Amino acid sequence: MIGIIDYKAGNLLNVSHAVNRLGYEAVITDDTDLLSKAEALILPGVGAFGSCVENFRNSGLQPFVDKWINDGKYILGICVGMQMLFERSFEMGEYKGLGYFKGDVVRFEEPLKVPHMGWNTLNINRPDPLLDGVENGNYVYFVHSYHALADKNDVIAYTDYGTDVTAIIGRENIYATQFHPEKSSKTGELILKNYLTIATGGEK
Amino acid sequence: MLAKRIIPCLDVDRGRVVKGKKFEGIKDVDDPVRLAKRYSDEGADELVFYDITASSDERDIFIDTVREISHNITIPFTVGGGVKSVEDFRKLLLAGADKISVNSQAVRRPELIREAAEIFGSQCVVISIDAKRNDRNSWDVYVKGGRENTGLDAIDWAVMAQQLGAGEVCINSIDEDGVKGGFDLKLIKRLSEVLSIPIIASGGAGKMEHFLDVFNAGADAGLAASIFHYNEIPITGLKEYLFENDIPVRR
Repeated sequence: MIGIIDYKAGNLLNVSHAVNRLGYEAVITDDTDLLSKAEALILPGVGAFGSCVENFRNSGLQPFVDKWINDGKYILGICVGMQMLFERSFEMGEYKGLGYFKGDVVRFEEPLKVPHMGWNTLNINRPDPLLDGVENGNYVYFVHSYHALADKNDVIAYTDYGTDVTAIIGRENIYATQFHPEKSSKTGELILKNYLTIATGGEK
Repeated sequence: MLAKRIIPCLDVDRGRVVKGKKFEGIKDVDDPVRLAKRYSDEGADELVFYDITASSDERDIFIDTVREISHNITIPFTVGGGVKSVEDFRKLLLAGADKISVNSQAVRRPELIREAAEIFGSQCVVISIDAKRNDRNSWDVYVKGGRENTGLDAIDWAVMAQQLGAGEVCINSIDEDGVKGGFDLKLIKRLSEVLSIPIIASGGAGKMEHFLDVFNAGADAGLAASIFHYNEIPITGLKEYLFENDIPVRR
């Protein structure tokens, strides 16, 4: 079973559908007893960083997620769920993130169109089993106005939007994507499938 | 590099896709989920669904359709038609829609854009504008399916919607709609000069060249309905054509 962390941050159904399509059971919940039975976790996020991180902390989920990560179990952040893993965000103020990855989350600069919305290419920074079968230049779907300035060693793939934009990061048992794998057609499906295989050892 | 998007548009009436509302005599085209899957497989970048029956009891049928679509496709989709409150947004987003498009109701009450953007984020608020050329070298905003001139200037309204928090503009040219003579390029050029959010061009597509022209004029996405429904322009072929003409597209 795959646990999708529900902290009232937008619609999580599409992530759950995508997990189901790959043959895995998914549970959307904020119940840590239930989440602790999961083989792997997904941390989604839609909306503003500040309200997401505040809802996350208020839900009391942080100690659970901290322990989960320290125990070496797998978690995948998506979109704002990725940004929350960084140290700090400047979206409508200044907010402290969870700090699992070094770096800040900043707004795209003019004259770029904001949000960065649509299909953009993955430019692979370093090989990783998450990218099994994925080729340099494959397209995935982004929709975001802020992006993470990450340590190059953490970055698995960038995308190009005026500058090198962090598209996938990963370290040991923590993975995250800025784009939406659940909305990224076959490439997204493949990345999600790879994550679930890595995280569960292929057990469904 | 960010790709230009190709978006088929599906008008839904009581759970069925019908031929555009501006045509005489609505004609049943297909099952929305089947057509959506076909487009998703053929490489459409996004889909737009309009609920063309505005009555409230039929709204539930549409929400069921939205739910079924979200189960079955792996690309983003926008829904619209009679959306008038934050509660409408919530229902449609919870059913699986990625973006919600607002039109007449936002003209009536522009605050709707701000309210929705504050709660759900700008990324899911699409302002849809029906524009018609006037004799002052600009465009008026029309509502009620193009029947009523609001007197608002379309360019000014688009800018205001952006300021209120809209994350994308879908601009439908009433003059070109259904004519298949090409998009209103002047309108797209003018909008792309003043807006900093993505622009979806709608109305007028008849040939592959029209998409090339509208992307060169500054559109981020091109939207069409019947030419895709009846396969007059196959999406795969359209993307090959655009790629050969140096437009970045997802293939």
